[in-house]
Amino acid sequence: MNIIVCIKQVPDTNEVRIDPVRGTLIREGVPSIINPDDRNALEEALKIKDKMENVKVIVLSMGPPQADVALRETLAMGADEAILLSDRAFAGSDTWATSTALAAGIKKIGDYSIIFCGRQAIDGDTAQVGPQIAEHLNLPQITYVEELKIEGDKVIAKRALEDGHFVVESKMPVLLTAIKELNEPRYPSIKGIYNAYSSDNVKVLSAKDVEADFDNLGLNGSPTQVNKSFTPPGRSGEGEILQGSGREAVESLVLRLKEKHLI
Amino acid sequence: MDFNLTKAQQMVRNVMKEFTEKEVKPIAAEIDETERFPIETVEKMAKYNMLGIPFPVEYGGAGGDELSYAIAVEELSKACGTTGVICSAHTSLGCWPIYKYGTEEQKQKYLIPLAKGEHLGAFGLTEPNAGTDAAGQQTTAILDGDNYILNGSKIFITNGGQSDTYIIFAMTDKSKGTRGISAFIVEKDFPGFSIGKIEEKMGIRASATAELIFQNCKVPKENLLGKEGEGFKIAMSTLDGGRIGIAAQALGIASGALDETVKYIKERQQFGRSISKFQGLQWMVADMATEIDAARLLVYRAAYNKANNLPYSKEAAMAKLFAAQCAMNVTTKCVQLFGGYGYTKDYPIERMMRDAKITEIYEGTSQVQQMVISAAVLK
Repeated sequence: MNIIVCIKQVPDTNEVRIDPVRGTLIREGVPSIINPDDRNALEEALKIKDKMENVKVIVLSMGPPQADVALRETLAMGADEAILLSDRAFAGSDTWATSTALAAGIKKIGDYSIIFCGRQAIDGDTAQVGPQIAEHLNLPQITYVEELKIEGDKVIAKRALEDGHFVVESKMPVLLTAIKELNEPRYPSIKGIYNAYSSDNVKVLSAKDVEADFDNLGLNGSPTQVNKSFTPPGRSGEGEILQGSGREAVESLVLRLKEKHLI
Repeated sequence: MDFNLTKAQQMVRNVMKEFTEKEVKPIAAEIDETERFPIETVEKMAKYNMLGIPFPVEYGGAGGDELSYAIAVEELSKACGTTGVICSAHTSLGCWPIYKYGTEEQKQKYLIPLAKGEHLGAFGLTEPNAGTDAAGQQTTAILDGDNYILNGSKIFITNGGQSDTYIIFAMTDKSKGTRGISAFIVEKDFPGFSIGKIEEKMGIRASATAELIFQNCKVPKENLLGKEGEGFKIAMSTLDGGRIGIAAQALGIASGALDETVKYIKERQQFGRSISKFQGLQWMVADMATEIDAARLLVYRAAYNKANNLPYSKEAAMAKLFAAQCAMNVTTKCVQLFGGYGYTKDYPIERMMRDAKITEIYEGTSQVQQMVISAAVLK
């Protein structure tokens, strides 16, 4: 059974600062990491591999050549193979163009039972790429997975909703998106790191290699364009301090929140 | 000349940073306070091959190098000197002598579980009356049929009582002085071997420091490490490498203390502004950062030399001498910058100052390092 895990290399937003004048990210000196939700997706795939026989975990990413580091890290965690889709034709892709490219990469791999993505990336926060891949490939999808079981040829996933859960069953192949509650990702092992750098397990493929649809790639193939990004000004308006004992203050707070229909 | 780490070494650093932040830092104060040996951390380090970094994969190691090992000890020690020395003593003193001097059978039997981290290792050279003068060994080993019979005791043994495998030095021929010392691999369950006093210490308090007692302890002949009479050479060459680990520990303590201090003095307000805005303190920070970087270059050079089969005895001694002084100097200044709060257990900085002191003492005092360095310079 092949599990394909899609990952994105992102700037570590804990360390990102915003240029106050231009409103853009200052990327200089900011470390790059594997998108956190994607690490959960990979961990779950690796857990399945730990438990079941004949499972192969293939990691797929689209990005610049520097994303090689992120892919080596997935190998150091235990993935079997990594594929980087890297081509000038992909530059400036929005979610549509990205999912087009990734779906082409997945078709090229061909044989798979599960495609695992993170829920969303911390730099764009769209949560669109996973579901779009499923649409491109005509696959069932289960998003926001916080628990997963595999039984025979189907998966049973618990989906987190804002105020409850769905338990959903689907036949494989299926696309899943992971949330951080799903598991605690392992660290890359030191042996894994040295293996990852001594082997030739990261394959780089171009748009042509995966026979991607050039009309739907990169900046030109992206239906959305970013015109401007800015930091919204801070809200004016004054805060209010609730007086009295702890109990009185809490009661008064609860009352006000109820009045505003917030709780 | 290239000052860049390899990509693998950079990733080792990132992983060690994250591991330290999540697994080591949160319990550092508690294990110091209660003197509890952090067995759970040892198990986690084993799982990720952090206890056999410089050894080949076929012997249970991670297939890394001496520099990535030094980086690992440095990162662990940034948050916890205890965890740093557990890793260092195990790797440099417990595993390395078997890797370097062991027979194939000894490597299969002892090195593999050690380098995998399934077993923990320790090194017993120091005795009550044989500290810096290691040649004054009183412990004896007499060959009797298929066994050596060991009698005597060792003190201040790091990982003592927690280890499964001990490298023990004893006199096989007193008349020959240092050439009469031999090394043995001793298992914790060998009859006649027991653990004596566990030391209560000023710093690295959660690390186990124990007395080892040998009363007619039977050690099979095949557990002789190297040849009879090679013990002193084995001990000295092991300590040459061990010093890189301790230098890395000292470097980590200094570097971790400065990180904490930078955070603190940016937040701490006096006279209406952050105390980091005062030039007098800025100059202290500049000096500390410079000293730490100099220590780092010395430590990495020694590790690089060892990894590349270049001479490293003098280099390791210089690294340890300088990094240990740096750790003591920097942590003392950092406590000063924290002021009254730095003297309390509300902040980690007093612990770091207590942890720093041992780096000037064990695996050769600073004065021993000076002896090694001057001997190399004046030869």
